[in-house]
Amino acid sequence: MEFLSYLISGISLGSVYAIIALGYTMVYGIAKMLNFAHGDVIMIGGYISFCAMSYLNFPGWLALILAMVVCTALGVVIEGLAYRPLREATSLAVLITAIGVSYFLQNSALLIWGATPKVFSPIVEGTQNIGGLSVSNISLLTMAACIVIMVVLTLFTSKTKMGKAMRACSEDKGAAQLMGINVNRTISTTFAIGSALAAVAGVLMCSAYPTLMPTTGSMPGIKAFTAAVFGGIGSIPGAFLGGILLGIIEALAKAYLSTQLSNSIVFAVLIIVLLVRPAGLLGKYVPEKV
Amino acid sequence: MNKLNNMKKSTKVDFATYLGVIIAFIVITVLMNNGTLGRKQVGLLVPACCYVVMAVSLNLTVGILGELSLGHAGFMSVGAFSGVIAAMSLAEAIPFEPLRLAIAMVAGAVCAGIAGVIVGVPVLRLRGDYLAIVTLAFGEIIKDLINCLIVGHDSEGLHIIFNFKGLKTVDDLGLLPGGNVIIKGAQGATGTDTIASFTAGVVLILITLFVVLNLIHSRTGRAVMAIRDNRIAAESVGINITKYKLIAFVTSATLAGAAGALYGLNYSSLQATKFNFNTSILVLVFVVLGGLGNIWGSIVAAIVLYVLPEALRSVADLRMLVYAIVLILVMLATNSPKMKAVLSRVIPRKKGDEVNE
Amino acid sequence: MSKKFEKPNMVPVPSHSIIPDRDVGKSPILECNHLGIDFGGLRAVDDFNLTVGRTEIAGLIGPNGAGKTTVFNLLTKVYQPTRGTILLDGIDTAGKSTIQINRMGIARTFQNIRLFSNLTVEDNVKIGLHNQEVYSTFSGIFRLPKYWKKEKVAHERALELLSIFDMQDMAAMKAGSLPYGAQRRLEIVRALATNPSLLLLDEPAAGMNPSETAELMENIVKIRDMFQIAVLLIEHDMSLVMSICEGICVLNFGQVIAKGTAEEIQANPAVIEAYLGKKKEA
Repeated sequence: MEFLSYLISGISLGSVYAIIALGYTMVYGIAKMLNFAHGDVIMIGGYISFCAMSYLNFPGWLALILAMVVCTALGVVIEGLAYRPLREATSLAVLITAIGVSYFLQNSALLIWGATPKVFSPIVEGTQNIGGLSVSNISLLTMAACIVIMVVLTLFTSKTKMGKAMRACSEDKGAAQLMGINVNRTISTTFAIGSALAAVAGVLMCSAYPTLMPTTGSMPGIKAFTAAVFGGIGSIPGAFLGGILLGIIEALAKAYLSTQLSNSIVFAVLIIVLLVRPAGLLGKYVPEKV
Repeated sequence: MNKLNNMKKSTKVDFATYLGVIIAFIVITVLMNNGTLGRKQVGLLVPACCYVVMAVSLNLTVGILGELSLGHAGFMSVGAFSGVIAAMSLAEAIPFEPLRLAIAMVAGAVCAGIAGVIVGVPVLRLRGDYLAIVTLAFGEIIKDLINCLIVGHDSEGLHIIFNFKGLKTVDDLGLLPGGNVIIKGAQGATGTDTIASFTAGVVLILITLFVVLNLIHSRTGRAVMAIRDNRIAAESVGINITKYKLIAFVTSATLAGAAGALYGLNYSSLQATKFNFNTSILVLVFVVLGGLGNIWGSIVAAIVLYVLPEALRSVADLRMLVYAIVLILVMLATNSPKMKAVLSRVIPRKKGDEVNE
Repeated sequence: MSKKFEKPNMVPVPSHSIIPDRDVGKSPILECNHLGIDFGGLRAVDDFNLTVGRTEIAGLIGPNGAGKTTVFNLLTKVYQPTRGTILLDGIDTAGKSTIQINRMGIARTFQNIRLFSNLTVEDNVKIGLHNQEVYSTFSGIFRLPKYWKKEKVAHERALELLSIFDMQDMAAMKAGSLPYGAQRRLEIVRALATNPSLLLLDEPAAGMNPSETAELMENIVKIRDMFQIAVLLIEHDMSLVMSICEGICVLNFGQVIAKGTAEEIQANPAVIEAYLGKKKEA
C-alpha cells in the first residue's frame, strides 16, 4: 500500500516532467538546441497564474489559460529575438545564448516578484479515495493532462500539415525549405507549443509543490531535459516514457534509498541508460557516414 | 619564410600570455602594497585566479578537444574539499603555510584527476549533446555526494563517513578529544585556515599555462585537435581516440582540482552547493566569450567577467540582468551573420588574417 | 597466384592474375577472400575477392552505389565484415580496429575530404606522423630533449613529404583554406606520412580539372616508385584509371563483375552493360 502511494506520487511527478520534456524534445528535435531557458518559462508560467489568481482573483482554469497565452508569446519572442539570428551559428553559441536568456528571465522575475518565495494556491483542491488510497485531485489532473497532451501531440505531428512540416524540418531544414515549407514559421510554432506546455507544467507543478521562486524552474527544467534524453531526444513517446520513469525513480529513491541523493540516483540512472543505449530508450542511433 | 613567421607568431602569443600574467601580478602587488586596492578588491584576487585556471582548463576540454562539458565545477569541488581535508589534517605536521598550500593543491589536483578518469572513461564514449548532459549529471552527483560527506581529523588520522540517509551527525565520527571536524555534511567545510594567497594563485596560473600551452604544441595536442577537427580521419591515421580524449579531459580535471583547492582554502567556510551547475555554466561562458581554443582570451574573459559583476555589487539587483543582456548581445553580435556583416563594414579587416589562395 | 572466380554466371571473367609481372613471385600485399557485408537485409558487398601485388596500382571502379567505398571501409575496418577474410601482407586482419589497421600498413583518403581543417598544412602531415615520431605526453609538456629531437625530425619529414606535391610553401596555411585540389593532395600526403604499404585513394581526382588530373596521375606513379608501395584507387575518371591502373576490378551491386587489365575491362560486355545499361532486345 505504501509502495503504491509512492508509485502514484512518482507517476504524478513524472507527468509534470513528461509535459516539460515533451516541449523540450520538440524544440530540440527541430532546432537542435539545448534550450536552457525552457525551465525558466515554467517559472514565468507559475508566476503569471499566481498573479492572476491572487491579484485579479481569476479562477484556476482562467489563470492557466492566461499563463499559457503569456508563455506562448514569450516563447515566440525569445525564439525570434535571440535564437533566430543564430540559426547558422555553432550549437555552442546557441547554448550560451540560451543560458543568457535563462539568466535574463530569472533576474527579471527576481526584480518583478522578489526573492521571497510565493505560496501558490493550487488550481484544484481536495483528494479522491481510490481503493483505499488517497490521491490528490491535482495528481489526477496532472496525469490526465499528461496523457491528453501526449496523445494530441502525437496526432498533431502525424496528421496535420504543420505537424508534418515540423517533422520535415527536424530531418532536414534545407530540403524542407525547398519543398516550400516556411522553416522560420515552423520553428516559431514549435517554440509556441513548447512554451505553452511549459506554462501548463508550471501551473500543475506549483499546485503540487506550492512554493514559487525565480529559480523554481531550473531544476525541473534540467530534469525534464534529462527525461527527454533518457527516452531518446526528439521522440514524443520517448519524452513521455522518460518523464514518467524519471518521476517514479525519483519518488522511489526518495522513499526507500536517500532523500539527499535522490537527484543523484536519477542522474546515475540516466548515465547508465545512455552508456547502454547511446541514443536513449526510444531514440535511433545514427552512426556517422564515412 | 611564411613558416618561420608562423612559428614565431604562435610562440610570440604564448610568450605574451606569460608576460602579461607576470606584469599583471607585479602591478597588482604594487597597488596592494601602497594601499590603492581596498580590502574588498584584494578579496577578489584569489577567486579571480581560480576562475582563470578554471577557464583555461575548461578551454582544453571545450576548445581544444571540442567536447562540451557542463560539469567542470564538479572537479573544482573535488579539488576544493580534498585540498581542505589535506591542509587541515596536515596543520600540525607542516606549520609552514606555503608548503602546506602547495601540498593541498597537489592533493586537490590528484583527487580531481582521479575523478576525471572515473567520469571520463564512460562519458567520453558519448557524443555531442549527450556528452554534455552526462557531464552535467556527473557534476550534480559529485555535488550531492560531497554534501553527504562528514570528515574529521584527530591524532589517529582521518575519519570519514558518508551520510547517505541524512541521519548521521559529526558525533558519529567518534573523534578523540582534541580532534577537529573538517567537513560537516551539507554545512560543508567550516573553520578552514585561509592559507590561500594571491602569489600562489599567480603561480598556479603560470603552471596551468605551461601545461596547457606546451600540451597544445606537442604531439599529444595535435592528436587531440585532430580528434576535434575530424574524428574519423584521426582514426584513419592511427590515433587512439579514447586515449587522447582521456588525456585532455583528465588534464583539464586535474587543473580544475588545483584551482578548487586554492579556492577552498581562501574561505573559512565553504559548501558543496557553491560548485553547482551554475558555476560550470559561468566558467563555460568565460571560455566561449574568450574564444574557443584561445588561451589568453579565456584569461581576459575570466578576469573581466568575474571582477565586473563583483564590482557592480552596488547595483546588486540589476547587475545580473545587465550581465544576461550583455551576454545575449555579445553572442548575437559575434555569431549572427547579419551582425557580422555590419561589424565587418565598421571595423576594417585585420591584415594577414585571411590567407591568400 | 591462384584466383577464384565463383561467379561465372554473367560473362566469362579473364582467369589470369592481374598482378603485374614484376610482383609475380612475391607474396601479395592484400588478399580479400569472399568478403561481404550486410546492412540489415541488404547485401552491400558480397563475395568480394581481390589480390593486390606489392607495388601494383590497382583500380576499383563501378557505377555509383556499387559498393566501392564500402570495400574501403571494410578494408580499414570502419565496418567489420560480415563474411570473408582480409589478409594484409599475409596476416589476417579479423577483429582489428581502424587504428590497428593503419599501424599494420593501410592508409586511406576519403571521398568527401576529411582534413583537420583548423590546423595548418604542416600539422596535418605531422598528425599523419603520429605513430612514426613518437614521444610521451610527459616529454611534450616538459619539453624534454626527446621532444626537441622528434619535433625536428617530424618538421623535416613533413616538409619532405609535402615537397612530393610541391606543397612545402603552403606548410603554414590553414588546411581548410586550401583550394580544393590542394586539399585532396594534402590528404594523400597525410596518408603517406603514416608509412603505409598499401594506399587507398577514394576518388583522388574528383573535382580536379584535366591538367590537375594529369599531374595527379604522374604523382601517383611517382609515389609508388618512391615508396615501393601498392595503391588501390576508386575513381570515376576513366582516363586516369585506364592509363595508370595495372589491374582493374569492376564492382556492380556489391559484386565483382569483371577483373583484368585496362584493355580487357574496356572490351568486357558485362562492364559496358553495367555502365550503359542493357541493349534493347530486338
